[in-house]
Amino acid sequence: MSNWIEVGQLEEIPQQGSRVVKTNDFNIAVFRTVNDEVFAVKDACPHKQGQLSQGIVHGKKVTCPLHNWTISLESGEALGPDEGCTNVFMAKVEDGLVSIDLA
Amino acid sequence: MISANTKNNKLFESPHAERMEHRMKEKLVMIGNGMAGMRTIEELIKIAPDMYDVTVFGDEPYGNYNRILLSPVLAGDKTIDDIMLNTMPWYEENNIKLHAGDGKRINEINRIARTVTSEDGTVEEYDRLLIATGSKPFIIPVPGHDKEGVIAFRDIKDVDTMLDATKNYKHATIIGGGLLGLEAANGMMQHGMKVTVVHLVDTLMERQMDTVSGKMLKNSLEDKGMDFRMEAQTAEITGNGRVDGIKFADGTSIKTDLVVMAVGIRPNMELAQKAGLHCERGIVVNDTMQTYDPKIYSVGECVQHRGDTYGLVAPLFEMAKVCANHLAQMGIGLYEGSVTSTKLKVTGIDLFSAGDFTGDEETEEMVMQDATSGLYKKLVLRNNKLIGAVLYGDTKEGAWYFQLMRSGQDISDMRDKLLFGESHLGDSGHGGDHILEMSDDTEICGCNGVCKGDILQAITTEGLFTLDEVRSHTKASASCGSCTGLVEQILESTLGSDYETPEAKPMCKCTDHSHEEVREAIRTRKLTSINDVRRSMNWKTEDGCPACRMSLNYYVQSAWHNEAQDDPQSRFINERAHANIQKDGKYSVIPRMWGGMTTPDELRAIANVAEKYEIKDVHLTGGQRIGLYGVEKEVLPEIWKDLNDAGMVSGHAYGKAMRTVKTCVGKQWCRFGTQDSTSLGIKLEELTWASWMPHKFKLAVSGCPRNCAEATIKDFGVVCVDSGYELHIGGNGGIKVRATDLLCNVKTEEEVMEYCGAFIQFYREDAHYLERTAPWVERVGLSRIEETIVNDEAKRKYYNERFLEAQKISQVDPWKERASNGVASHEYASIKVVS
Repeated sequence: MSNWIEVGQLEEIPQQGSRVVKTNDFNIAVFRTVNDEVFAVKDACPHKQGQLSQGIVHGKKVTCPLHNWTISLESGEALGPDEGCTNVFMAKVEDGLVSIDLA
Repeated sequence: MISANTKNNKLFESPHAERMEHRMKEKLVMIGNGMAGMRTIEELIKIAPDMYDVTVFGDEPYGNYNRILLSPVLAGDKTIDDIMLNTMPWYEENNIKLHAGDGKRINEINRIARTVTSEDGTVEEYDRLLIATGSKPFIIPVPGHDKEGVIAFRDIKDVDTMLDATKNYKHATIIGGGLLGLEAANGMMQHGMKVTVVHLVDTLMERQMDTVSGKMLKNSLEDKGMDFRMEAQTAEITGNGRVDGIKFADGTSIKTDLVVMAVGIRPNMELAQKAGLHCERGIVVNDTMQTYDPKIYSVGECVQHRGDTYGLVAPLFEMAKVCANHLAQMGIGLYEGSVTSTKLKVTGIDLFSAGDFTGDEETEEMVMQDATSGLYKKLVLRNNKLIGAVLYGDTKEGAWYFQLMRSGQDISDMRDKLLFGESHLGDSGHGGDHILEMSDDTEICGCNGVCKGDILQAITTEGLFTLDEVRSHTKASASCGSCTGLVEQILESTLGSDYETPEAKPMCKCTDHSHEEVREAIRTRKLTSINDVRRSMNWKTEDGCPACRMSLNYYVQSAWHNEAQDDPQSRFINERAHANIQKDGKYSVIPRMWGGMTTPDELRAIANVAEKYEIKDVHLTGGQRIGLYGVEKEVLPEIWKDLNDAGMVSGHAYGKAMRTVKTCVGKQWCRFGTQDSTSLGIKLEELTWASWMPHKFKLAVSGCPRNCAEATIKDFGVVCVDSGYELHIGGNGGIKVRATDLLCNVKTEEEVMEYCGAFIQFYREDAHYLERTAPWVERVGLSRIEETIVNDEAKRKYYNERFLEAQKISQVDPWKERASNGVASHEYASIKVVS
């Protein structure tokens, strides 16, 4: 089952940046890469719950602002020697409109 | 867990993708499955994974193993499995065709047909060929050299023969008292054999040691039970079928059951010679590692480059990097030769040597000798540069000396302490410790909780050679970096001679260029954006990494403050949001208090804000200001608005920027005060606020030499005296305490301001990003700063003018921009709320 919601226009998210979608339970960070791909992951680093939305986006990765863990935006998994995973949500852009699947 | 991206948008796929698919991949064949060659292949796969179909020939039935750790295998400290670098499955995973084992030795290269043929008739075509055949041990052609029980020390097979001998025989003789010979001797002795070392001259390891340290080494080894025959020339190896003794030229002889020849290596170049490639002492290559046939490359111990051949791993890896770059058609790197260092891998003996340690009429020497403690240190200098070093007994400064040699740094400012080593190591509780004496569970990296044992394990099992590799595998020294020196020591003590100290450290993994090269290009090619730099300097990654993005964003702006645009997405969150992120994701707010002075109105405004926004903690900072902690990001602009209305601005307490000017009350109130330190502090803060720096930057003004404002541990400190002002630079009170250097004395406040502006601007344009003034001053030397700021009035005025010009653009309150002028509003609001 899917539960797609519209988030906003692609232009509202800075390139190599992120915006936050707030839900009742947790926040979701929606990322826009340098090539205008979008990804959505739970806004909590598997390490110490740092807000990934506040990190630096490079390639299809984000580096957490708290302790420099690097998380893959595609899989939600920590890269390099670190181990851990954060939730990933499907995301898409249609006619400039960004949607994510909360299911 | 499923992820998806916007595949529907073709526009943003790589423009190269289609072209690559349709082009036939070129064929790369490598001869020799050893460390230098495989390092080249690994580098190549990293930067151009789809460019070649790779085929590898090796005549040993193994994957690629770490040959330099054969000594520990012989000594029983490690097993063969421990030292494998590329296992058989690795080749499969990386789509590399491996022909390894008997019959796979190549015996013909056909340069016309571009094919290679192995002994068993296997033929492969190539577009590019890489010869990495390494070297073979030199066997002295004395009578009897081909008897059973006479071997070299080169590969796994030799180690096996030696280990077998330890079970059945008692006495081994090693011919050759060089590095490898002594390591072999030590290994055999560990297995309980009686070992004699035969050496042609009177000093052991004479290519690495002078007579004093060679003698000390011999004494230590004799204490361990090793026998020596010095100045002895082997005339004949005797025995009936199997070796039973050695006769020397002077007529004496000894009995032995095994002879290990360790008298040097010879490049394997017969194959290349047969193919008509130009060879002298090795296969001759140019600076891009190409032979006289440009389709054929060569790396490793088989090559001769600019007249030199190399037998250590570090230079081979430098060659590998250049070769891989050239194969990937990213022809930016040149190999320009290497300075090498040596460290003996024998337990209990600490010995380090590097460079030219003999010297000549134009060199000078510094020597320290303490026979009782078994310490010896000799440094050789030419024109105030370190060109060679021999250390015995205590080698922990080896890495530092080696770095000084390779960087060619002028050491005149540290002559007095050079010999005693450096306070260069990590200071987190174990600054001066000796790494060998630490137990495996000693914590090395306090930030990430990494112990010595973790690092050792990673180095040997993962086959790591560089600081960067250790950082990415273990995180050790990857945070605050204060333990970097200790990690380098562990690398050095584990790998010995083969620890790779990069010559000019690249900025990050996205480029081979150093900070200096990048800044030079930004200036001379007028690069005003991060993208300009990446394009102009062939960056290897599409949009960089956090390290280079932050550095480049700073560098382009510091060079071109009028033209360069700031890229907020390449700033750390604190500088992007103009507040300091806390561990729970909330932020802190610290308004500026000029020169540490405040007023009832300001205090009232802060108190009002604290109540209105239910601030959890109000704290006095170390920089004479008041901090408000636990603020939600959304309300930051509102708080700033309230503070702006009371006349306060950002304190930049979150940035690589000028932070505070700390003052005492000076002669306004204090009975000892000599000048008005508070007013001067305010003036300095008005001059310097809102300036971005390579790292945080703190100032202080003390009203008298009692120095209550602690000006001598600041980046720029002023100590007022009766006759004027002492200007101090390069102090630090953080990870490692460093007292300032006195720059000069001046008479007026105007001069203080001018020197301050000039010093800051010089620092901003010269230091590496994230380098504080303290390490910068130590790196470039105080005299260089004196020459620029004190002795050269024109330069001082030039730098001060540039500073003032940049400040005109920079001195805008970022809080007001965001609280009242709508700048970056997306930063503080969520894009959507779902309930």
